[in-house]
Amino acid sequence: MLFTPTVIKNLLKKPATRLYPFTVREPFPNYRGELYIDIDACIFCGTCARKCPSQCIEVDKEQGLWTCNPHACVYCGICRDTCPTKCLHMKDVHRKPMTERIMMVEKGEPPKKKKPAAKPEAKAEGTEAAEPKSGSAAAPETAKAEAPAEKVEAKKPDAKKPEAKKK
Amino acid sequence: MATTVIPFGPQHPVLPEPVHLTLKVEDEIVKEAIPALGYVHRGLEKLADIRDYHQMIQVCERVCGICSMIHAVCYSQGIEELMEVEVPKRAEMLRVIWSELHRSHSHLLWLGLFADAFGFESLFMQFWKVRERIMDINEATTGSRVIVSVNVIGGVRADLSPDQIRWILSEIDIVEKEVRALQDTIMNDYTVKARTVGVGVLSKEDAYLLGAAGPTLRGSGVAQDMRMLGYGGYAELDFEPVVETSGDCWARSTVRFRETLQSIDLVRQAIAKLPEGELAAKVKGNPPEGEVYTRVEQPRGECVYYIKGNGTKHLDRLRIRTPTFANIPPLLAMLPGCELADVPVIVLSIDPCISCTER
Ligand code: SF4
Ligand code: SF4
Repeated sequence: MLFTPTVIKNLLKKPATRLYPFTVREPFPNYRGELYIDIDACIFCGTCARKCPSQCIEVDKEQGLWTCNPHACVYCGICRDTCPTKCLHMKDVHRKPMTERIMMVEKGEPPKKKKPAAKPEAKAEGTEAAEPKSGSAAAPETAKAEAPAEKVEAKKPDAKKPEAKKK
Repeated sequence: MATTVIPFGPQHPVLPEPVHLTLKVEDEIVKEAIPALGYVHRGLEKLADIRDYHQMIQVCERVCGICSMIHAVCYSQGIEELMEVEVPKRAEMLRVIWSELHRSHSHLLWLGLFADAFGFESLFMQFWKVRERIMDINEATTGSRVIVSVNVIGGVRADLSPDQIRWILSEIDIVEKEVRALQDTIMNDYTVKARTVGVGVLSKEDAYLLGAAGPTLRGSGVAQDMRMLGYGGYAELDFEPVVETSGDCWARSTVRFRETLQSIDLVRQAIAKLPEGELAAKVKGNPPEGEVYTRVEQPRGECVYYIKGNGTKHLDRLRIRTPTFANIPPLLAMLPGCELADVPVIVLSIDPCISCTER
C-alpha cells in the first residue's frame, strides 16, 4: 500500500526515455563526429599527420594523397583545430557501424610542380614568422622572402624560372 | 571446516571491471582474498616513446574512461610544472568546472552500479537517468560525452559562452533536485541499509596504514582530499572534504553521494568566479631534463603522476599510480569475515577501476 501513490504516478507520467529509434535527439552543434576533408582546400602541408595523437593520417605531398584510417581515429579534433587552411571538418553525428574495414583516401591536386610550389610556400612561412615579431617592418619580410629563393637557387640548377615569375 | 576456493572475476555478472580475486571460503564466510591483476594491461607508458608530449594528453585521457578530464589535468599540470608554464586563470577555472562535472557523473554512475550490485535496479536506472544531464553538458560544451579532450599543455582549448554558462547552471539545478530526491532511498532505505550497514568495515587506522585513497579513506573518517592542496583553481574555492566515520559500505556510498552534491556546488562556485582572459599559454620547446611528481583528486581518490623529461619531445618516464591501485590492499582487509554474497557489494564499494589500475 505504501507504494500505491508512486505506482499511480508512474503509470500516468510520460516515459522517462525517448522512443529511440523513432525519436532521435538533435545532435549538439559542435559534437566531434565523423571526420571529413575538403580536399580542394588542402595544401598537403602534413600538419594534421604530425599532430594526430593516434597517427592515423598520412599525407603524400608528391601525389596529392590524404589518407586517414577512420578505425584508428579517436575523434579528438586536433587535426581539425591545427589545420592551417581549415579544410578538415567534423560532422555532428558519429559514424555508422561498418561491416568492413575502410580507408579514407582522398586524391587532390598536389601543390603544382615542385619548383614553383616550393617558393611561394617558403615565402608564406617566412612572412608568417616575421609578422608576429616585427609588426609591419617590411625589411625583414623581404629579406626572409628572398632567402628561400636563394636556397632554391642553390639546390636547383634552373632556378631562373621562379625568379622570373617573381618579377 | 574444509576450505573451498572460488575464483571471482575477471568476468563476473556484477562487475563492470575485470578484477580477479581468488576467494578462500569456509562455509560461505570469506577467509582470505588473493588478487590478481594484469588482465587488461595496456602498457601506456611505452607509448611515450613514440608519441610526443602533446599527444600523450590524449593517451593519458584514455587511462580511465570515466575521469578522463582529471587524468589529462594531472598530466598537463606535471608537464606545465616541468616546463614552467603559467596557466591562465580562466583555463584553470574551466578545468575545475569540467573536472567537477566528471566527478559528479562518475559518482552518479557508481551509485547506480552500487544499487545494481545489491539488486536495486530501479534505483540504478534513476541515478543513470540523472547522470545523462551531465553527459549532455559535457557533450554540448566540449564535443564529446566522455573523453572530452579539452586539455592542452598550458590551458584548455574550449571555452564556455555566457549562454552555455546559463544553460549549465539551469541544468545542474535540475540535477541537484533530482539527486536530492534519491537521497532518502540510498541513505535510509531499510533494504539498502540491510545490505550496506556494517558490511566491509575498514577501521580508521587500517585505512590510513594500508594507504587507502579517496572516498574509501574518507568513509573511514580520515579527512584527506587532494583538492585541499589547492592545485589549479581549487585554491580560490570554498572546499571542505566530505567525511563519514563508520567505515562500512554505507559510509563509502554516503561519502560519494554527498560529494556529488558538493561537486555541483563547486561547479557553481567556479562559474561564479570564472575570470576573463586567455584560454591557453603559449608553450615552446620540449620538456627539459628533470622530474616532477603531481597529484590530483579523482572521483576514486588520489592519483599520482611521475613524469621524467629528457629534453626531447618524448618523455623518459610516465608513471601513473591510480587510486584503485591504492585501494586494493584496503579491499583485501575488508573481505575476510564477510559472507560470499556480500563480496560484490564490498568490491564495488571501493569503486574499482581496474582498467585504470593496469594502465
Ligand atoms: S593540415 Fe590541413 S592543409 Fe595540411 S595536410 Fe592536413 S588537411 Fe591538408
Ligand atoms: S580527430 Fe584526432 S585521431 Fe582523428 S584523425 Fe584527427 S587528430 Fe587524428
